[in-house]
Amino acid sequence: MNTRAVLRYAGLAAILMYCLSPFYWMLVSAFRRPSDQFSLSPIPDPISVTNFTAVFGVDVGFGRALVNSVVVAGIATVLTLLIGLSAAYTLARLRFRFKNAVAALIIATSMFPGISLVVPLLKLVTDIDWINTYQAMIVPSMSFALPLAVWNLTAFFRQMPGELEEAAMIDGCTRLQAFRRIILPLAAPGVFTTAIITFITAWNEFIIALSMVNDKSMQTATVAISRFTGAYGFDQPFGTQMAAGVVVTVPLVVLVLVFQRRIIAGLTAGGVK
Amino acid sequence: MAGSKTTGLRMAALACVGLLAVSCGSDSGGSGSPGGTNAAPALEGRGEITMVTGKDTSNNMQRLTDEWNAQHPNEKVRIVELPESADAQRQQLVQNAQVKSDSYTILNLDVVWTAEFAANRWVVELPRDEFDLENFLKPAVDTAEYRGRLYAVPVYSDGGLLYYRKDLLAKAGVQPPKTWDELTAACQKVKALPEAAAIGCYTGQFEKFEGLTVNFAEAVNSAGGTIVDESGKPTVDTPQARAGLDKLVRGFQSGVIPQKAITFKEEDGRRSFQAGELVFMRQWPYQWALANKTDGSSQVAGKFDVAPLPSDGAGPGVSSLGGHNFAISAFARNKATALDFIKYFTNDVSQRSNLLATSQAPTRTKLYDDPELGKQFPYLPILKQSILSAKPRPKAVRYGDVTTAIQEAAYAALTGAKDSGTALRELQVKLQDLLK
Amino acid sequence: MTVLPRRGRAAGEAGRLAALLLSPTFVVLGLVVGYPLVAALRESLYQTGQTVDAEGFVVQGERFVGLDNYAAMFSGPAAARFWNAFGNTTFFTVVTVAAEVVIGVAMALVMHQALRWRGIVRAGILVPWAIPTAVSAILWQWIFQADGVANAIIGSQVLWTTEGWQAKAAVMIADIWKTAPFIGLLVLAGLQIIPRDVYEAARVDGAGPVRQFFSITLPLVRPVLVVAVLFRVLDTLRMFDLPFVLIGNRKESVETLTMLAWDEASNLRFGPAAAYATVLFGYVAVVALVFVKLLGADVIGEARERIRKDRARKEEPLVRPGVVHA
Repeated sequence: MNTRAVLRYAGLAAILMYCLSPFYWMLVSAFRRPSDQFSLSPIPDPISVTNFTAVFGVDVGFGRALVNSVVVAGIATVLTLLIGLSAAYTLARLRFRFKNAVAALIIATSMFPGISLVVPLLKLVTDIDWINTYQAMIVPSMSFALPLAVWNLTAFFRQMPGELEEAAMIDGCTRLQAFRRIILPLAAPGVFTTAIITFITAWNEFIIALSMVNDKSMQTATVAISRFTGAYGFDQPFGTQMAAGVVVTVPLVVLVLVFQRRIIAGLTAGGVK
Repeated sequence: MAGSKTTGLRMAALACVGLLAVSCGSDSGGSGSPGGTNAAPALEGRGEITMVTGKDTSNNMQRLTDEWNAQHPNEKVRIVELPESADAQRQQLVQNAQVKSDSYTILNLDVVWTAEFAANRWVVELPRDEFDLENFLKPAVDTAEYRGRLYAVPVYSDGGLLYYRKDLLAKAGVQPPKTWDELTAACQKVKALPEAAAIGCYTGQFEKFEGLTVNFAEAVNSAGGTIVDESGKPTVDTPQARAGLDKLVRGFQSGVIPQKAITFKEEDGRRSFQAGELVFMRQWPYQWALANKTDGSSQVAGKFDVAPLPSDGAGPGVSSLGGHNFAISAFARNKATALDFIKYFTNDVSQRSNLLATSQAPTRTKLYDDPELGKQFPYLPILKQSILSAKPRPKAVRYGDVTTAIQEAAYAALTGAKDSGTALRELQVKLQDLLK
Repeated sequence: MTVLPRRGRAAGEAGRLAALLLSPTFVVLGLVVGYPLVAALRESLYQTGQTVDAEGFVVQGERFVGLDNYAAMFSGPAAARFWNAFGNTTFFTVVTVAAEVVIGVAMALVMHQALRWRGIVRAGILVPWAIPTAVSAILWQWIFQADGVANAIIGSQVLWTTEGWQAKAAVMIADIWKTAPFIGLLVLAGLQIIPRDVYEAARVDGAGPVRQFFSITLPLVRPVLVVAVLFRVLDTLRMFDLPFVLIGNRKESVETLTMLAWDEASNLRFGPAAAYATVLFGYVAVVALVFVKLLGADVIGEARERIRKDRARKEEPLVRPGVVHA
C-alpha cells in the first residue's frame, strides 16, 4: 500500500514535470531583463519585471484586451454549452431518424481547415456590418467549439444510465426537470471539462479575432500579443511575448483551480435536492 | 416525424441561402474602377481615415498622428496595428483587399509588395508632382514605383551593413575589408590571435525566409551579377551570379560561415554577434544600438564598427534595399485626406523625429548629412552609401512566388542538396516562367 | 421492459423535440462553417487573376475551370509536393495522436488514483494546453534554436529547424506536449463518471487491477476516449500554426496540407488553395468515417444502449448521485 502511494505521487510529480518544465522556461524568459533575453541561465539574474510592465504599457491596451477576451470567451462558452447541451441531449436520449447523419454533419464542420474559412467569413461579416463587434468573434468561436462540445457531451450522457431519468419521468418530472436534476449533476465532471475546453479554445482563437476586428479597443489578448514589437525594426520581443503568455495562461489555470470544486460541488448538490 | 424533424435543417439551409445571396450581391460590382488611364486619377474625399501599419515600435507614429489629429479635427487618423510578423501583415492586407473592405485607408507596405498591390489595383496611383521626390533617396523612390508610375511614398528605408570587430581587427593589424577575399584573409589573421582561436568569421541571414533572398541578392549583385536585368528579364544563370552564390556555399563548406548560421534570422545572428562569436556580420542598422548596450547583454559593446558590404572585386558591395512605403487603398474613402497625411508623415520634421525615436533609416537624403544626427547615429554616412548603391529585389507581381523560388535555390545550394550551378539553372527557368 | 410502449407513443413528439433542440446548433454551424465551406467549394472550381495585361495590371474577374485545380494537384512537380504534404500530415497524425493517447490516458489514470493534489495537478496539466498556440510555437522555437536550451541540455548542436528528421521531431514534441493534456482531461472526466460500485463488484469477483482496467475502465471510458481521439485526429490532420512558426514556411520536412493551402492562398491562387482545402476536407472525412466505423460506431448510435442495459441489469442498484467524486 505504501509503495502504491509513493508510485502515485511519483506519477503526479512526473505529470507536473512533463507539463510544467517548458512552461518554466517561459516563466524564466519572462522574468529576465529584455537585454538578457538570449541568456540560458536556469534562473533569471537579475530578476526583472520589465517584460510584464511592457505587457501592460499604456499604449498596448493589454488590460482592455484581456477584458475583451474574457467577454468573448465567456459568452461563447456559455452559449456553446447551452446549445451544445440541448443538441447532445437530443443525440444521446431521443430516438429519431437520421441520428447518425445529424451527428456526422455536426462533426463534418470541424473537418475544413480553419484558415480557409477566414476570407468568406470576412466577406460575410463585412456585408452584415459586424466588423469590430463582439459577435463577429463570438459566433465563429462558438462554431469552432460546438462540434467537440456536442460530441463530448453526447458521449458523457451516453455513459449515464438512462433508467434513472426514465424513473424520474415516471415519477412526474418533466423531461427538462429530469435532465436538470438527474443527468446534469451526474455528468458534472464531463460538463465542466467541456466548458474548460470550450473556454480555452475561444480564449486562444486568433485568426478570426485578428481579421474581424481592427479597432484596438476591441482586440483580444492573443491579437494584442501578436502586435508586440521590439524597440527596433527586427528585434523580436521574446521576453514580452513570454510574459504575455504567462499573463494569459496563469489566471486561466488559477480560475479553473478555484472553480472546479465549487462548480462541480454546486452542480452535484443541485442534483441531490 | 420526418417532416417535422427537418424543420431545423430547413431553417439552417435557408439561413445559408440567404447569406449566399447577400455576399453575391456585393461581389459582382466594382471590378475595373480605379486606374486604367494614363493620368493619376484625382484623390477625393475628406474625413476620418485609418493608417494600417505593422509596428509602431516607439510610439512615435501615434505621437505624430495625435499631432495631426489635433490640427485636423475633421480628418482624424486612426492607427490600425497589424501583427508583428510580415507574413501576417500581408495576409491581413490581402484579405481586406479581397473583400474590398473600406476599413483600411493608408497601407504601410514593405518595399517588395508594391508591384503586387499596384498590379492588382489594390492601391491607387499617386500624383507624382504633389511630392518633392527629388529630395528622397532615389533607390527608395524606385521601390515605390511600378511600370513607371508612383504608387507609394517611401517612409522608411533600410540597407545592409558589414559589422566588424574593430578591437580584434586592430589587434591583428588589419584594415576593415573591402572585398570578400580580404574579409576571409582578415579573419584568418584574427583567428591567429590566442583569444580568438574559436571565433566564427562571418554570418548573414541564411534561414529559409525573406532574409535569405536579401542575402542571396547581395552576394550575386556584389559579384557583378544580377537576378533580373533592367527590363526585368531573369539573368541568374550567369558565371557572376554563380560566383556570388559559390562564395556563400564555400563559406559554409570551409567553416568561414558557422554551420548553425543556416538557421539564422536577424535575431539569431545578433545573439551570436553580441556573444562575441563572430568577427564579421551582415546585418541591418537596428543592431547598432542593441549591440552597444552596456548593461551586460552585449559582450561587444564599443568593440565594433560598420563598413559597406564587401564586394568581389572592384567597387563597394551591393546591398539589398529594405524599408516601407505608404500607399492608399483603392477601396478606401477620403483619399484626399490620406494624401495629405502621407505628405505630413514624410515631411522633414516627421522624418527627423522618426529617426530620433526609432533609429529607422529615413528616406530624405538631407538627414543623412545632418551633423547633429550623425553624432547620435555614427553609421549614417555608411548607411547612406549602402542605400544609394543598393539594388532592389526583383519587382514582381507574383513576388511571393519569385522570392520562394530564390529561397529554394539558395537554400538547396547552401545546404549542399544541389550544386550551385544546377540550383541557378533551375532558378533561371522558374523565374522566366514567373516574370514573363 | 415497461419503457418500450412509452417510447413508441412518444416517437413523433421526440422527432419534433429533436428538431427543435438541434436547430440552434445547425444555425450557428451553418452560418460560420456551412456558408464559407460552400463558398470555398465553389471557389475551387474557378481561377482568378493569373494573367497580366499590357499595362501591367492583373486581369480581373474569375474563370470557371471545372476540375482543373484538382487535376493540377496531381500532376507535375505539384504532385510531388502534394504527396509529400499528404505524407507529412498523415505521419504527424499517426505518431502524435498515438503518443498523446498513451500519455493522456496514463495521466488520467494517475490523477484518478490520487486522492490529494488531484485538483492542483488537473489545473497544472491545463498549462500546456492553455498557452495560446502562437505563443507556445514561439516558446518552442526559442527552445529549439541553434543556441537554445534544448541543445544546451542534450549537449550537442542539432540544427532543429533545418530540413530533416529533427524538424519533424521538433514539431511532434511540441504538439504532443501541448495536446496530451487534452486527452488526459477528457479521460479523467470519463473515469470520474464511472460509478465506484462497478469496481467494488469487480473486486468482490477477484479481478486484479490490470483486468479491471481492460474489462471495466477501458470499455466504460471508451466513448469519451474515442471522441477525444477523434477530435485530436481531426485537429492534427489540419495542423498549421506549429510547423509554420516553429520550422517555417516551405520546408519540405514539415509541410502539411493546410500549410500548402495557406501558401497557395497567400500567393493569390485562391482557386487551387480552395481545392487543396477541399481535398483535405475529403481526406479528413474519410479518416473520421473509418475511425468511427472501426472504433466507435456506437458512440452516437444505438448499440451502446444495449450493452449498458445488459450491464445495468447485472449490477443493480445503479448509481447514486452521491458517489460522484469531483
